[in-house]
Amino acid sequence: MNYFELFQITPSFDIDTANLAERYRELQRAVHPDKFANESEQQKLLSVQRTAQVNDGYQTLKNPLRRAEHMLSLRGIDISHETTTVKDTAFLMQQMEWRESLEDIKDSQQADELIDDLYQSFAGFEKTLSQLLATLLATESDENNLSAADQIRKLKFMAKLQDELARVEDSLLD
Amino acid sequence: MALFQIAEPGQSAAPHQHRLAVGIDLGTTNSLVAAVRSGEALTLPDDSNQHSLPSVVHYSVDSIETGLAAQALSVKDPQNTIVSVKRFMGRSLADIQSGEQQLPYSLTASDNGLPIFNTAQGAVNPVQVSAEILKPLISRAEKTLGGDLEGVVITVPAYFDDAQRQGTKDAAELLGVKVLRLLNEPTAAAIAYGLDTKQEGVIAIYDLGGGTFDISILRLNRGVFEVLATGGDSALGGDDFDHLLQAHLQRAFGLTELSASLSRQLLIESRRVKEQLTNADTCIASVTLENGDTVNAEVSKAEFESLIASLVKKTIASCRRTLRDAEVTADDIIETVMVGGSTRVPLVREQVETFFKKTPLTSIDPDRVVAIGAAIQADILVGNKPESDLLLLDVIPLSLGIETMGGLIEKVVTRNTTIPVARAQEFTTFKDGQTAMAFHVVQGERELVDDCRSLARFTLNGIPALAAGAAHIRVTFQVDADGLLSVTAMEKSTEVKTTIQVKPSFGLSDTEIATMLKDSMKHAKDDITRRMLAEQQVEASRVVETLSAALAKDADLLNPQELADINAAIEQLQLTAQGDDTDAIEKAIEALDAQTQEFANRRMDNSIRAALKGQSVENI
Repeated sequence: MNYFELFQITPSFDIDTANLAERYRELQRAVHPDKFANESEQQKLLSVQRTAQVNDGYQTLKNPLRRAEHMLSLRGIDISHETTTVKDTAFLMQQMEWRESLEDIKDSQQADELIDDLYQSFAGFEKTLSQLLATLLATESDENNLSAADQIRKLKFMAKLQDELARVEDSLLD
Repeated sequence: MALFQIAEPGQSAAPHQHRLAVGIDLGTTNSLVAAVRSGEALTLPDDSNQHSLPSVVHYSVDSIETGLAAQALSVKDPQNTIVSVKRFMGRSLADIQSGEQQLPYSLTASDNGLPIFNTAQGAVNPVQVSAEILKPLISRAEKTLGGDLEGVVITVPAYFDDAQRQGTKDAAELLGVKVLRLLNEPTAAAIAYGLDTKQEGVIAIYDLGGGTFDISILRLNRGVFEVLATGGDSALGGDDFDHLLQAHLQRAFGLTELSASLSRQLLIESRRVKEQLTNADTCIASVTLENGDTVNAEVSKAEFESLIASLVKKTIASCRRTLRDAEVTADDIIETVMVGGSTRVPLVREQVETFFKKTPLTSIDPDRVVAIGAAIQADILVGNKPESDLLLLDVIPLSLGIETMGGLIEKVVTRNTTIPVARAQEFTTFKDGQTAMAFHVVQGERELVDDCRSLARFTLNGIPALAAGAAHIRVTFQVDADGLLSVTAMEKSTEVKTTIQVKPSFGLSDTEIATMLKDSMKHAKDDITRRMLAEQQVEASRVVETLSAALAKDADLLNPQELADINAAIEQLQLTAQGDDTDAIEKAIEALDAQTQEFANRRMDNSIRAALKGQSVENI
């Protein structure tokens, strides 16, 4: 399913998310099961299926990582279930350093500051990756696509780090 | 139940008729029913002008009492008087007994571990007890509104899992009532405040009821309520405050052993003391012992607050976590709404106000606000307000996953995903000629199966016998707008639909529900066959009515042959529905459904295109 078509948006990594949200609400008004509460079981089921599609489409297009993945899959490159990994040594070193900092948080006196610092470093690094990704996706070529896939893999690493950080933050609250 | 009506194609039955629908707040401590009358949503009182019905059911040998009448018997006969049954819904007996204080009931576990109350009237399960609470509310509504209800909206804590939701729906269906929607309590409260019409922005709803705690973060935008995240604890509420106070009083009175009756008396006194301390700094607690002596003890507000402080802190930690899930901060919140009787406790209000940095909204009675919101939604869903802009987009409160090797979980749907949602997952056989496969579905956030709630086990049968790894089974997990899960499966290469038997872990199987339905019919001197026939006839009339309306609008989407085929199928259904063959009517509905599937799809595509027409042209 081409979600850009469903939302009638030109496929691009740079999309207007406010406009996307607006389209999402309009689509929901047309397909949501509550609009079919008095209709036949067939209509209700169809509405549940369409709404699930609209919801998935919105989540895919809203999230930059998933949007980029979706664009690549529309170009015939599916990396959602792959096992290829990142080979960039400098990047991997940086990842290890950040993981060590995560470990240090729970024994630190300034846990909150450490957490804030890490969030900021992550955000900064992700911004750089995203900008590069946007450029690569803007002009379609085999080389750019492969390179974009690499950036997406790195962004996935970053997403995992973010999750870890959130978990560490949670454990401090308990 | 609505009488069966047949409308000619293109003409719907009584188009401007006001349909009767109500909202029901099925609470842990109290339950209410509300309806929209002359444009205003109000809770409906009983004959003695009581709005709330205590959620208490008493079983004696020859009668069942509910509400105040049952509550009056609570101290005398605690074993047969069931209070706070909502806390038993969708949970195992072992789970309940590990957490709660002494329970005065005679409990046994069903085959799959569900609690069964052994009462003077025999064994009853939590679904049946809940149905007894719904019964007087529904008859109250039908009497007040002067007719049969076409549907109800029942509220549930946003944090309720699949089993708890299904149990609630089963209770209503046991009474033959159509559930238009299970609505999350916090969302209902937001509707009641009419926040949709007034503002745009992010709001927080803090809902502390008798037995459950919910925090929901919603974004409002021109009538659309989009739940961003929800969190909470389905076993934390005002009841726990009572239990802490009860234990405190027991210590203060120096009571080592408590009889069931004294324990109940102490609990009731604890609740009274808690309520008194809302407006007073001290309160005298007093109970009459079995030897006739009365003992007293003074409880100060400060003592009470120190007892409950850690529980209140727990709710605030949930708020923090949920804000993060919603990707907003406390500063983004433009309004906080307080729901549930336990938000009257001053410490709770103070802590919530401090955390969100603004005075919470409390102008609507926190006990009634949920029922009022449910009534507004019921009025819309039943079709009385076709022009309404209101739309609720809810989320699934807990992640859904399946068990993999070594007791680990693979998440299929993560928490706070907007519902309805569908996710497909592929599985392959690992033995030559394998024709069946077993799955275990769980709900929860932890990584190990044992730490999550078991939802259901199901077996796929009828997988075509192929070499190991050659059969690819695509399993689709679908969660509907009520937050209820259904599973379908198909083998990809052969497109063989595999059959699924779902065995709910903490819910009732279809056979158990059928048995309960038969039992309830016996009591009501009704006839199950007649009811099934009537239900199919109503469904047939609904199908014909909505299809006729669709044809009147969009017949141009069909070619003459398709139109003729559909009209023939409609006639066939109308003819069959006049008879009394339930199966034949069901078959005729299926036939018409098959005939109109493509038409329904085209109409949906059409409305999707129409929905985006107003948007700036950014076509591809």
